[in-house]
Amino acid sequence: MDLRVEFAGLVLKNPIITASGTFGFGLEFSSFGDLKRLGGIVVKGLSLKPREGNAMPRIVETPCGMLNAIGIQNPGVEAFLKDKLPLLPWRETAIIANLYACSVEEFGDLAGVLSGEEGVAALEVNVSCPNVTHGGAAFGQDPAQITKATEAVKKRCGNKPVIVKLSPNVTDIAVCARAAEAGGADALSLINTLLGMAVDIKTRKPVLANVVGGLSGPAIKPVALRCVYQACRAVGIPVVGIGGIASAEDALEFITVGATAVEVGTANFLRPDQSFRIIDDLPRAMLKARAADMAELRGSLVLPGQ
Amino acid sequence: MVVRNCREVKVQSVRFLGTWDEASDFVELTLENPGWESYRPGQFAMLRPKHWGLELPWGRPFSISRLDAETLTVFFQVIGRGTSRLARLNPGDEVVVWGPLGNGFSAPPETPTLLLAGGMGIAPFRGYIENHPTPEFLRLFFAHRVPLANYPYLAMAEKVRAEAMQEHTPEDLPRIIERIRELMDENHGGIALACGPTPFMRTIQEHAVAGGLRAELSLEKSMACGVGACLGCVCKNGEGKHVQVCARGPVFQADAVQL
Ligand SMILES: Cc1cc2nc3c(=O)[nH]c(=O)nc-3n(C[C@H](O)[C@H](O)[C@H](O)COP(=O)(O)OP(=O)(O)OC[C@H]3O[C@@H](n4cnc5c(N)ncnc54)[C@H](O)[C@@H]3O)c2cc1C
Ligand SMILES: Cc1cc2nc3c(=O)[nH]c(=O)nc-3n(C[C@H](O)[C@H](O)[C@H](O)COP(=O)(O)O)c2cc1C
Ligand code: FES
Repeated sequence: MDLRVEFAGLVLKNPIITASGTFGFGLEFSSFGDLKRLGGIVVKGLSLKPREGNAMPRIVETPCGMLNAIGIQNPGVEAFLKDKLPLLPWRETAIIANLYACSVEEFGDLAGVLSGEEGVAALEVNVSCPNVTHGGAAFGQDPAQITKATEAVKKRCGNKPVIVKLSPNVTDIAVCARAAEAGGADALSLINTLLGMAVDIKTRKPVLANVVGGLSGPAIKPVALRCVYQACRAVGIPVVGIGGIASAEDALEFITVGATAVEVGTANFLRPDQSFRIIDDLPRAMLKARAADMAELRGSLVLPGQ
Repeated sequence: MVVRNCREVKVQSVRFLGTWDEASDFVELTLENPGWESYRPGQFAMLRPKHWGLELPWGRPFSISRLDAETLTVFFQVIGRGTSRLARLNPGDEVVVWGPLGNGFSAPPETPTLLLAGGMGIAPFRGYIENHPTPEFLRLFFAHRVPLANYPYLAMAEKVRAEAMQEHTPEDLPRIIERIRELMDENHGGIALACGPTPFMRTIQEHAVAGGLRAELSLEKSMACGVGACLGCVCKNGEGKHVQVCARGPVFQADAVQL
């Protein structure tokens, strides 16, 4: 069965991409599956300068999910290009850089550093910086900032496709989706994590040192699916679905509401070969959905009354 | 070469070593060997039963207690949601296992080696003793709260020089700390390897650093991936940089880690 998908100038073997922060730099998983079989790999969030990230504890398991407040610990974009990228099978699999910054200028600079790198297939722009902008909203919740960050990246990215990754912690996801499209995004990816919290009643302290953290995993799938559905209706550019995907069936749900590809995140912790198993299972799930290929399934949602 | 993989293996046996009270059981879980030829004692494995649904998305990390051609054994205490479910496994149930993970302890031959175990920290030393090239150089010290019968201590004490001290009351603690320091001082020229609760490890770290003694500490953190990818399990190294306990540890040189 042909599982190929094409969007924003990318050609992927299949629609399964590993999500940023849950698959390291890919190399951590090379003994559990052939990285070349993945549709793509989004690497850990990269910033201009190395970041130590947040204090511990940073993660906690919650029913059907987890909270994380890693704080984008990463060695910096230069170290990624020097030490990690050359070891990745970038000729065979799309390696997507995930950009983290808290200002429009920094996003532009990051894109500039990555623009000439042959091994980088696309840029995913994480606009979920929790810092408050001049407008009073957190960066990723401010549509004007999303547009500006997208423009800044587009201006400096050379010919790399730009995927803007949206936060679900907003009143209307469609507004943010349109803001990214207006900035010139080639595609969208969503959702990032939902802001959450856990408390230890014995100590009466928050479990995470950062007090709040991002909820991910199967628990957020219904919210993610709703966001992807709304975003797909709001924009004309392709959408990558993310949030709680743990099986081939889950992936097909996102494609049915209009996603072109999907990212698998927290499910990589169920077992380190989970993304490979989802790919193996796709043909069977496609038969179940009575879909001939990905293009036929995409956006084929049948709404009441149709 | 130690080859790392992820396999589904069958439970061979679940043995309860003893029960301290109803809430805390000590379990020896034996699984089929997932195709590992060897491992370095101190390394660990992530375990997640195949029939677990999505409620508990993470595997659970356990020190590899024993490995032979047919079986992999871990030894654990029931402390929460995951371990209580693991204790209810039956022979024939399938468990997803990935490993061997992490770095493991040094095992220099013909070197006086002091094994310092606190409570469940005894788990990795069982395999350490069985695999050591010169076990006559090993000495085990075991500090514990619940009765010895809950641990695989006696079988280990048959193979190496061993002593155990039980903490019944808070007054026992200074005596235990004093004994640890004595043993470390007597072990001059050798190496001390430690695994146990954080206060226990701090005692050992402080004494090792103060006396310039060679020591290795095995750390524990909550883990999601176990392979260095999520950055959820970090500690600070000697330079104050965050490093993954699962991938860069769990064993660290005593003078190159912050507890
Ligand atoms: C490298 C390593 C080796 C270990 N070896 C052993 C062993 O040989 N025997 C043994 O009994 N235990 C061992 N542990 C601790 C063991 O992993 C935890 O006791 C277990 O994960 C608790 O799971 P739970 O769901 O029952 O507890 P819950 O409290 O319900 O756990 C929730 C999550 O918190 C984390 N967590 C809670 N307590 C601990 C803890 N003390 N240490 C680490 N993570 C914790 C776990 O990751 C768990 O997934 C080891 C831990 C590590 C990191
Ligand atoms: C431990 C962890 C670290 C993450 N780090 C990043 C990151 O660096 N950049 C980013 O854009 N998203 C990051 N995410 C968010 C995921 O990429 C994904 O959007 C989110 O977890 C929802 O998908 P899931 O439910 O499949 O995990 C992280 C998620 C987790 C669980
Ligand atoms: S548990 Fe994921 S990095 Fe250590």
